[in-house]
Amino acid sequence: MAAVQADGARGTGRATPGTADSRRRRRYSRDLTGWLFVAPAIVFVFLFFGYPIIKNLTMSLQDYTTTTFFTGFAPWVGFSNYAAIVTDPIFITTVANTALFTIGSIVFQFAFGLGLALFFKRNFPLSGFLRSLLLLPWLLPLIASAAVWKWILDQGSGALNQFLGIFGIAPVPWLVNPTVALISVIGVNIWLGIPFNTTILYSGLQAVPEQLYEAASLDGAVGWKAFWHITWPSIRSVVGVVVVLGVVYTLKVVDIILGLTGGGPANSTQTLATWAYQKSFVQFLFGQGAAVSNLLIVVSLAFALAYLYMTRREVDE
Amino acid sequence: MTATHAIMTPYGRSHRQDRSSQQWPLTVLGLVFLAIMIFPVYWMINSSLQANSGAATTSWIPLHPTFAGYRTAIQQQGRNLLTSLIVSTGTVLLALLIATPAAYGLARFRLRGMRWFVFVLLITQMIPAIVIANALYTLFNNVGLLNSYLGLILADTAAQVPFAIILIRAFMASIPPSLVEAALVDGANDVRAFVFIVVPISKNAIVTAALFTFLGAWGDFLFALTLTSTPAVRPITLGIYNYLGANVQEWGPVMATAVLASIPASVLLILAQKYISAGALGGAIK
Repeated sequence: MAAVQADGARGTGRATPGTADSRRRRRYSRDLTGWLFVAPAIVFVFLFFGYPIIKNLTMSLQDYTTTTFFTGFAPWVGFSNYAAIVTDPIFITTVANTALFTIGSIVFQFAFGLGLALFFKRNFPLSGFLRSLLLLPWLLPLIASAAVWKWILDQGSGALNQFLGIFGIAPVPWLVNPTVALISVIGVNIWLGIPFNTTILYSGLQAVPEQLYEAASLDGAVGWKAFWHITWPSIRSVVGVVVVLGVVYTLKVVDIILGLTGGGPANSTQTLATWAYQKSFVQFLFGQGAAVSNLLIVVSLAFALAYLYMTRREVDE
Repeated sequence: MTATHAIMTPYGRSHRQDRSSQQWPLTVLGLVFLAIMIFPVYWMINSSLQANSGAATTSWIPLHPTFAGYRTAIQQQGRNLLTSLIVSTGTVLLALLIATPAAYGLARFRLRGMRWFVFVLLITQMIPAIVIANALYTLFNNVGLLNSYLGLILADTAAQVPFAIILIRAFMASIPPSLVEAALVDGANDVRAFVFIVVPISKNAIVTAALFTFLGAWGDFLFALTLTSTPAVRPITLGIYNYLGANVQEWGPVMATAVLASIPASVLLILAQKYISAGALGGAIK
């Protein structure tokens, strides 16, 4: 409606505004202008998201290997790539690792993030300054963070084992022991996510009206009670966004794992994302790599839809 | 109630300030938390300044700092830093060229179908980069874009453009339509109104988007890993990764490289600080 009115205001005398025909024509040219602004982006998104997703689907049904690059020939093999993936001995390991990695990361990132957000909300001297310094790790490219942590977690002379050595604790094989490696990788990923969680949850907490707490304190709701009855319900939507975004981003993580362990030792830190990379770019089994990628998309998309559902509800509120 | 509002409003400051004198213990606790969280950053800088980092002798404080690690790092990785700079700058330019008009189109015209495109943009944020890399590898192989600056710029732009559009659009939606309409009445066409009115007003949002695009492209690892294989075009992230692949004996140069790779982000953040509205970010997340 507003658009039509704006259009009418633009009648510059060349045509009398008002006749249905001219209005329709101007409306049409206006729509065209609008689409022209967006067109390059649409083309780009189609080319670099639409095409890869379709290509990934067809690749997963083909025997796509290095020879394909020379012959251009990739025979159709139906669902045998998927069959090969599912029956692969490390499939279960990979799925379990992905679940542990994602759940472990999210739970602790969120818990620490919320704890720190509540802590910084108390507005003590220098709290704003300290809170902004918390974002310092963001300046490091992920792979640089991975490098630093690989050094800190080094079994022989890493800082963590040096520190533990002070208390007489024997060196822990953080990244080379299959049982410990996954825990270490999750730990590093938790460290990475804490600043994001703290920042978003802190802004969520700031949006809770102070009067609510004042009113509640008159009724005797302080401390845990106040948190449970006022804070939590008020930030619930922010919590939803943080958690779902966290899950979706964690599912995609490759930098940290490849940098720290390369998926090893003995596939103990292999996740769906790193496995897809291994299949395509280490073993050059592009068909199987595409199949793993598609599994990953399905899982991500489930969470993506949950996220969109939540944000939409929030907009409606 | 937007995040902007929340970040900008110092809620209940006065109410609290009179208590603040008793709250120094909290500051101490805060310092402890912060120390734990940024220890890796400290350790990176500390190790980069020690020549024999890697032997069991890395001390907790660089008492005898040396720049030998940096000398090695620049010798071995200087070229890769330059590559990253070229790719990231190219990505920022291309991404803004695509995202800014699109953001305006989506914010102002609100045509049928555009809602769908915004929905698609949100979905793209969920697509793992490995999916894109998998398909782009074969495409780039066919058209000769592997191991090229342009190939990396295109892939990085693809990854960054949706967020840039979402971010800029969130701001442009708040520009009063009357501003643009006034210009249109004065005889300007839509393109002129966009270039001379909308873009200058949106400077903060555009700079914020540029910064995030740069950081994203600079930190990109997966496209570098999959779409390049020769030393000719090798971003710094891959340079670091190649260090990690071998059994590292000398951590000094590796940490020096990590520090060098973190400098552009820090410099940009300081330079762009006054433009960055946390609010723009908050608006885009929602």
